[in-house]
Amino acid sequence: MSTTSASGAAPAAAGFDPVPVRRSPLARFTKRAARHPGFMAGAVLLAVILVLSIGAPLFTAHDPYAQDISRRLIPPVWHDKGSWEHWLGTDKLGRDYFARLLYGGRISLMIGAATVLLSGVIGTALGVAAGFFGGRVDMVIGYVINVRLALPVVLVALAVAALVGTSLNTVIVVLGLLLWDRFAVVARSTTQQIAHADFVAAARAIGCSTRLIVFSEVLPNILNPLIVVATLEMAHAILLEAALSFLGLGVQPPLPSWGLMISEGKQYMFFSPWVITIPGVALVALVLGINLLGDGLRDVTAPDNRS
Amino acid sequence: MPLLDVDTLTIEIPTEAGLLHAVNGVSFTLERGETLAIVGESGSGKSLTSLALMDLLPSRAVRKARSLRFDGIDLMAAGRREMENLRGDRMAMIFQEPMTSLNPAYTVGDQLAEALRRHRPVGRAAARDRAVHLLERVGITAAASRLGQYPHQLSGGLRQRVMIAMGLMCEPDLIIADEPTTALDVTIQAQILLLLRDIQREFGMGLILVTHDLGVVARVATKVAVMYAGRLVETGPVEAVFGAPSHPYTQGLLRAIPVPGRTKPGEPLGTIPGQVPNLIGPLAGCAFRNRCDRATDACAAAIPDRDLGPGHRMACVLDPVAVPA
Amino acid sequence: MLAFLLRRLAVALSVVLTVSVIAFLLLHLSGDLATDLAGPEASPEQVARVRVEYGLDQPLVVQYGQWLAGAARFDFGRSFYFRESVASLLGDRIPITLKLGAISLGLALLVAIPLGALAAVKRGSWFDRAALAFCALGQAVPTFWLGLTLIIIFAVNLRWLPVSGNATWSHYVLPSVALGWYAIPAVMRLTRNGMLDVMASDYIRTARAKGLRPHTVIFKHALRNAVVPVVALAAVQFGFMLGGSIVVEAVFSLQGLGQLAWEAIARKDFPVVQAIVMLLATIYILLTFLADLLNAWLDPRIRVA
Repeated sequence: MSTTSASGAAPAAAGFDPVPVRRSPLARFTKRAARHPGFMAGAVLLAVILVLSIGAPLFTAHDPYAQDISRRLIPPVWHDKGSWEHWLGTDKLGRDYFARLLYGGRISLMIGAATVLLSGVIGTALGVAAGFFGGRVDMVIGYVINVRLALPVVLVALAVAALVGTSLNTVIVVLGLLLWDRFAVVARSTTQQIAHADFVAAARAIGCSTRLIVFSEVLPNILNPLIVVATLEMAHAILLEAALSFLGLGVQPPLPSWGLMISEGKQYMFFSPWVITIPGVALVALVLGINLLGDGLRDVTAPDNRS
Repeated sequence: MPLLDVDTLTIEIPTEAGLLHAVNGVSFTLERGETLAIVGESGSGKSLTSLALMDLLPSRAVRKARSLRFDGIDLMAAGRREMENLRGDRMAMIFQEPMTSLNPAYTVGDQLAEALRRHRPVGRAAARDRAVHLLERVGITAAASRLGQYPHQLSGGLRQRVMIAMGLMCEPDLIIADEPTTALDVTIQAQILLLLRDIQREFGMGLILVTHDLGVVARVATKVAVMYAGRLVETGPVEAVFGAPSHPYTQGLLRAIPVPGRTKPGEPLGTIPGQVPNLIGPLAGCAFRNRCDRATDACAAAIPDRDLGPGHRMACVLDPVAVPA
Repeated sequence: MLAFLLRRLAVALSVVLTVSVIAFLLLHLSGDLATDLAGPEASPEQVARVRVEYGLDQPLVVQYGQWLAGAARFDFGRSFYFRESVASLLGDRIPITLKLGAISLGLALLVAIPLGALAAVKRGSWFDRAALAFCALGQAVPTFWLGLTLIIIFAVNLRWLPVSGNATWSHYVLPSVALGWYAIPAVMRLTRNGMLDVMASDYIRTARAKGLRPHTVIFKHALRNAVVPVVALAAVQFGFMLGGSIVVEAVFSLQGLGQLAWEAIARKDFPVVQAIVMLLATIYILLTFLADLLNAWLDPRIRVA
């Protein structure tokens, strides 16, 4: 393998004068990201959904909660009986489907973000503690992670929601308390690597406090992998919320959660399949966008370009 | 007809920074019963050259040659299946890392037998007998009991002996050993090298030994090819090259090793200052000229291939001067 | 090896115990079960009677002790709603969910391992790209929505397969596809990455240097080593599938464990919910434990130590 080392270390210049090429981290990130089709596709997809749902009132004049029993289950515009008035149709209560879709996006995004914030803090704290202190702390936290992994997420989330009452906040708290495991695992392993690095040893040697080391040396260095986990867990949380709402123990009517829309449409799906197709496709698009972005971030922020 | 005839072998590897000229116009021949040592430092292209002969280069590497013949067979024109039939049967290879070159999931016996049964219509028992015989030949005690062992149960030296036995399973005409002793303890290194030499003589094979260790060359090889930055700078019989090293790089290499009786204790060994040039992009003239203390303007022009004696050639514009003893 | 085994077993057991405490506390701390059980129109006397009848007047520790002692003998008490022993309820439903899980996992592995391996062998080709795109898309599809969509396409429009129920094997096809779907991307990626690592290894170069045919190199020498981590993942995925069966069973009206759990949760039938949480957790822990053993057996470096 003696020859490949030359290709790996070789700078870009030809001949006898090696000219090292250095770019700023941001420029490097932008350049790599722009060349990563998955990342770009995910970013665009997510951006479109973000703009549409946050700016929902700009894109539809309809009220997502306004019922009109005389206009129930109008099909979308591409059907014979469709009209531009309700271009994605209406649901069983005559509410505009496009409006509900846009406002439902807000719920998905909000639940995803809030859940990840909560689980991210819990998981990162546990993981960093385990990785940084090692020994007994590591053993105990490793045990806690094992216990968490053994709990069936959907079942526990459903049971708790049924007990304490179903609401948006319940969903967020329950999912947040359940989905921290991957943060903990990743934070633990990355912290272990950092904790043994020279610059941390140096910081310890000059007497920096543990808190200072964790916040100024460890966290900035494990941020990239954690952001990747955060995106993937956000997608996970959004899917779980949809499942809980679908089973009737998540977000409650009349809120337009996509999972709930599918649940409400279920009994009409044989004759009006679009009532479940439309929110389903929206869900797939959002989760796909976030996953592509997360996978892309992992490649783009990887220390060395392996491709 | 030589066993192996390499004419102007070139290996290029496309990289993000440009085309890497890893091997640049290397030519040599090898007869049955000869041992050719390819010498050079890391990155000189010697390992890639040996992989190219087996058609085992990494997939993105591009192999070109005016002619590449093994026992009259045109290897450049050989298809994938033809190469597969040659590999392991008529040409075998021993690698640098015995620790990782055996599959951890299968027993030694399985991996040995597989090498034979792929190319010969023999049964399990016959393959097993041959494996035991060869394990004994390469100096492994209790050979029969080793067959059931897994690679991780063997030491590095033993694994390399297993690799050698594996290469011999089909009695190949050519064995290529790519730094076979680099990863081993010094005491084991000598044993493995002598083993290779003895086996080469016993079976009358051609042996190519890729190494950066000139001591190895002197003890085992009959011919030497010195590579630098992907080019062959000097080649010839061992006595000629070691007796009258002519290329400044060869001279530098030889100055860098201690010679018993000639190097006085405490006297600093020679070093070659400077760095190997970057091989990405075009590189005209002599690749060694930035490190050569005798370099002139002529070195930037095309380099002649000069005949210095029977089989002794070098690529340098300068007339050879004797090494100051 | 034996010491390692015993230690792993001890950890597994203690995790099961911890889960049991959590499952117990979760359900008992969050409200007065007796009031819920007796119904909204019950008099205080009725509530008190229910409380005594179900042992809810005892201190929590005693209740937990009794429950655990029963659970050790597979006696999970009586269902509040179904009015029969939880154990026999579970006994009726478990086979259906295990069947569903096993078919789903089998299906997922059957699709994911060959595709992942092929993607790795043809790295960078259009096939590899398509496989990766399929992974990303596959992970984004919600199980319940996939189930409904499969029903619309294959049961309603094409009429190839039944909509719901569990009478025949054909009833398991659509639920298994829906449940197995989510495991495919993970297994596929792990197989692909494992194959990429293995294909770049020295012993694969050795195998090629022996002149072995590509299929021998790929299937005998590479895949064998690449699937070792897949075994552990498959065990974990099977655990997830049993947990995820709640959604799929709801969609397809399969009368399995998940459906039972859903009904029990909706009716605050805690003995049943507790027992199912415990059961799924125990199965998961058992599976990861078995996966460790299987890994050790597949990897001679661990097995022959």
